[in-house]
Amino acid sequence: MTDQNKTPATAQPDWARFLARESFIELDAMGRARAVLDPGTFRMLLGPFDRLKSPWLPLQNIVTQADDGVVLARGTIDGQPAVVAAIESAFQGGSMGEVSGAKIAASLELALADNEKGIPTRAVILFETGGVRLQEANLGLAVIAEIHAGIVALRRHVPVVGVIAGMVGCFGGMSLAASLCSSLIATRQGRLGMNGPEVIEQEAGIEELDSSNKRLIWQLIGGEQRQAIGLVDTLVDDDAAAIASAIRAAFARGVPARHRSAQVEDYLAKLAAIDPASPLEPNALRTLWGKGDHE
Amino acid sequence: MEILKYDYPAATKAFSHRAHVGVVGSGDLEVLIEPSPDQGAHVVITTSVNGFGPIWKNVIDRFFTRFDQAAAIEINDFGATPGMVALRLEQAVERSRS
Repeated sequence: MTDQNKTPATAQPDWARFLARESFIELDAMGRARAVLDPGTFRMLLGPFDRLKSPWLPLQNIVTQADDGVVLARGTIDGQPAVVAAIESAFQGGSMGEVSGAKIAASLELALADNEKGIPTRAVILFETGGVRLQEANLGLAVIAEIHAGIVALRRHVPVVGVIAGMVGCFGGMSLAASLCSSLIATRQGRLGMNGPEVIEQEAGIEELDSSNKRLIWQLIGGEQRQAIGLVDTLVDDDAAAIASAIRAAFARGVPARHRSAQVEDYLAKLAAIDPASPLEPNALRTLWGKGDHE
Repeated sequence: MEILKYDYPAATKAFSHRAHVGVVGSGDLEVLIEPSPDQGAHVVITTSVNGFGPIWKNVIDRFFTRFDQAAAIEINDFGATPGMVALRLEQAVERSRS
């Protein structure tokens, strides 16, 4: 490229910005954790050489990963102490086993202990998970419950910020964890749902949901739709810098007056407004629900 | 799943760093390289695919024709091709030097 081809940053067309950005989705868990912390502050906790791995997978002839698929990092965000838990989607679909889940729960508990001592350690969870690791069954479910409890306890002190970047999305018990966060950030590629489309198709039949219909799936549970109906706070592009600044903006807003998960009556009223007998279109739900009053 | 172990007692040059690369994802592997507890090099491979011992031996043998340090190497493999394995090993060594 010659100098003549360069355009000033302010006048960059969309495609040039798109090419210049650093994709967040393409980063592995460690790269993602590094990208959201202040530059140069990343310090890994319980890394691969600590070999805290699943004791259950080898019993089922499944190869383990040395960090059980979760990267924990300490550092700062906007100069404030922070802990980041990043889930590695490539290992077992980002599933939560006893060890990987316990790592996230413990990081939240340590952040809580910091806050009770007056150190305002903030927490970010980078979700990329199909939910519980089925091979670890109840032990996985138990640690997911611990993660839920950890988020609820910590969010009274500091915001707990969740990010769903894609391409796995965030499902099962971990979708509940995401929904408990003080603030949730998603890309258009990200998806948030209790049951994944394949599970719904398998359990309820292809008449209920065709999981190969990508357009329909993203219209239902994609980041854009989830933001439009108020289940996600911030919609961002797949851009590491944009996600890092969305996280900082979420912390700057502080602890919300009412967490989404505390708005039980409001959501019951919203559910009551839906007639299960008549099929609901994604756009109709946007009109019906709006963005809510979370912000 | 299969566990393979290879020793290279001739690789005795001091190795003092450690590095981790890769992920145990489909078609990929993770490599952990660190100083050996004794005078030689040791490789422990856990692979999801059974019956490829001779191919693993070839790939690791070839790596040790150029690498002569007393390192302990742990490989957790999820169906990587031999080319992928060779690249990850090179990457681990490169990262251990940086």
